[in-house]
Amino acid sequence: MSATSSPAQPARFEGTDRYVATDDLKLAVNAALTLQRPLLIKGEPGTGKTMLAEEVARALGRPLLQWHIKSTTKAQQGLYEYDAVSRLRDSQLGDEKVRDIRNYIVQGTLWQAFEAEQPVVVLIDEIDKADIEFPNDLLRELDRMEFHVYETRQTVAARHRPLVIITSNNEKDLPDAFLRRCFFHYIRFPDRDTMRDIVAVHFPQLKQDVLRAALDTFFALRDAPGLKKKPSTSELLDWLRLLLAEDATAAQIDAHAATAVPLMAGALLKNEQDLHLLERLAAMTGGGQRR
Amino acid sequence: MLIDFFYHLRDHRLPVSVQEYLTLVDGLRRGLMAPTLDDFYFLARAALVKDESLYDRYDRAFAAYYKGIEAALPAQDVPLDWLIKEFEKSLTPEEKAAIRKHGWDKLMELFKQRLDEQKERHAGGSKWIGTGGTSPFGNGGYHPEGIRVGGESAGNRTAVKVWDMRQFRDYDDQVELGTRNFKVALRRLRRFAREGADQELDLDDTIASTARNAGYLDLRLVPQRHNSVKVLMLLDVGGSMDDHIGRVEELFSAARSEFRNLEVFYFHNCPYESLWQSNRRRHGERFDTWDILRRYNADWRLIIVGDATMSPYEILQPGGSVEHYNKEPGALWMRRLLDAWPKSVWLNPEPTASWRYRQSIALLRDIMQERMYPVTVAGLEQAMRWLSK
Repeated sequence: MSATSSPAQPARFEGTDRYVATDDLKLAVNAALTLQRPLLIKGEPGTGKTMLAEEVARALGRPLLQWHIKSTTKAQQGLYEYDAVSRLRDSQLGDEKVRDIRNYIVQGTLWQAFEAEQPVVVLIDEIDKADIEFPNDLLRELDRMEFHVYETRQTVAARHRPLVIITSNNEKDLPDAFLRRCFFHYIRFPDRDTMRDIVAVHFPQLKQDVLRAALDTFFALRDAPGLKKKPSTSELLDWLRLLLAEDATAAQIDAHAATAVPLMAGALLKNEQDLHLLERLAAMTGGGQRR
Repeated sequence: MLIDFFYHLRDHRLPVSVQEYLTLVDGLRRGLMAPTLDDFYFLARAALVKDESLYDRYDRAFAAYYKGIEAALPAQDVPLDWLIKEFEKSLTPEEKAAIRKHGWDKLMELFKQRLDEQKERHAGGSKWIGTGGTSPFGNGGYHPEGIRVGGESAGNRTAVKVWDMRQFRDYDDQVELGTRNFKVALRRLRRFAREGADQELDLDDTIASTARNAGYLDLRLVPQRHNSVKVLMLLDVGGSMDDHIGRVEELFSAARSEFRNLEVFYFHNCPYESLWQSNRRRHGERFDTWDILRRYNADWRLIIVGDATMSPYEILQPGGSVEHYNKEPGALWMRRLLDAWPKSVWLNPEPTASWRYRQSIALLRDIMQERMYPVTVAGLEQAMRWLSK
């Protein structure tokens, strides 16, 4: 479909050679793109939420502007900041700059996106990290794609409405008014077949039997009860990179899997307690086999 | 027709707004997707459903609507021969050939067999879920479409599998109706603390240190105050608790939104040596109760929610559990829980009037040292008052 679309129509996202997108995800991205509304992405950590924005930008040939949210981030910072403290300091030092307020207005990510010459992709990463009121403070800005700068009495409006992709780890509930304006997609943890596709995209040279053994170990580990942090796609990819570097064989991986602690488990489990848990399990099952 | 769909979703208690509906219509008007049922299902989901815990509800609503359209003509009492005709469509050529040879009896046999499979599939695990009014069993156990779902059929039906799989089910914590009163009651349990990042200007300190700094500005910040109470919730599910699902969900929703530090585990009837966090995976993924006892220190407040209605053996005897062989009696595990978290209460959704007629309730009340409260606004207030002491 995308090949026949004329340049005048908005481009469509069909996944990339580096990113395996499911049909519903593609549809959600294209809906957001066509209707020019933000796309909210949720999912387990490590299922490629941030990566999606990068790949969408790459596929559409648009620059990507990233805004990473921390617990202290304020909505205003995405628009602009008035650096009053340095102006006060400059005034005390008698700097000439102090006369023009524009010297102390710092542009935020959204301002940059609105002023960009070409349409861009904006990533608002981990919006749930911020304060509960944060999304509400951005409602109008994301809806109308414009805002007012009080200090200089100017209105900044978007030349091209950017594609806004927002990710959330579900640490906080987002307000309804905000959700109503977005498209929503939940990235489910990939099943075995999708996972095989994902691995193939990243490691085309991986041998089939090694892949089989690695996936067996990986999914068994995800099913293990009581892990604090289950290994995710990104951990699997790191681990495979290690396995490749070490030139591990399928037999080696299977042999380790039988003892409950996988080969180079440190790449899969980032938590000391989880590693201990596995070792305890290994001791238990090992004892069971001897009996 | 779409407006029917919209109201159908709202009838299924999905919080769909007009704005979102217009977005969906706009999307359809612009030809966003191929005109297939699958794509419509996905697009409508992206536009209308904004929380993955509502996906399950959406799936059910969608399936019901789809069935409604498909079976628009015969509504309630479907004539048997029509059913059979529908069933015939789902047969493989081999089976059809067999039927031609053996006739009606063979067909009925196959039909019954399919129907049994169907029933099993429907009942599997669904005992554990439930969201108030709409029973998962609903629709009278089986329905003509069920057969077609069971038998692999035409390609465009693949979507049915998607929404029939129903991958998301646990206690739904989105029950907004009536949670307000509970929230207000839960709000009594507060423990303010300043922790986390510095965000607020500390005016007094700023003035003092600016003065000390010879008049040059020296900003001082302090973290914001927030409720830092930690709550561990153990919820009884299944069996007799099915009668109380509505109220427990209201309570759970309120707790979710009031307590920032909330951990939830499930048990059946009485806590034993393992608990679980997800009812979908409760057989695969269990947590050792000892681990939980060690993981959360005495700062945590323990709230147990259950009807405490069971055979007294389930509390007092080793091996008394209805589900498995427990080496140690439930009472011992209860005491361990209470020792680990002295600040604990039991919330019981059963009406208070019936408490004294149930031996198991009396037993657990005794173990809880009378700290058992009904799931009413007044009961919650009492419980929270005790917890916040």
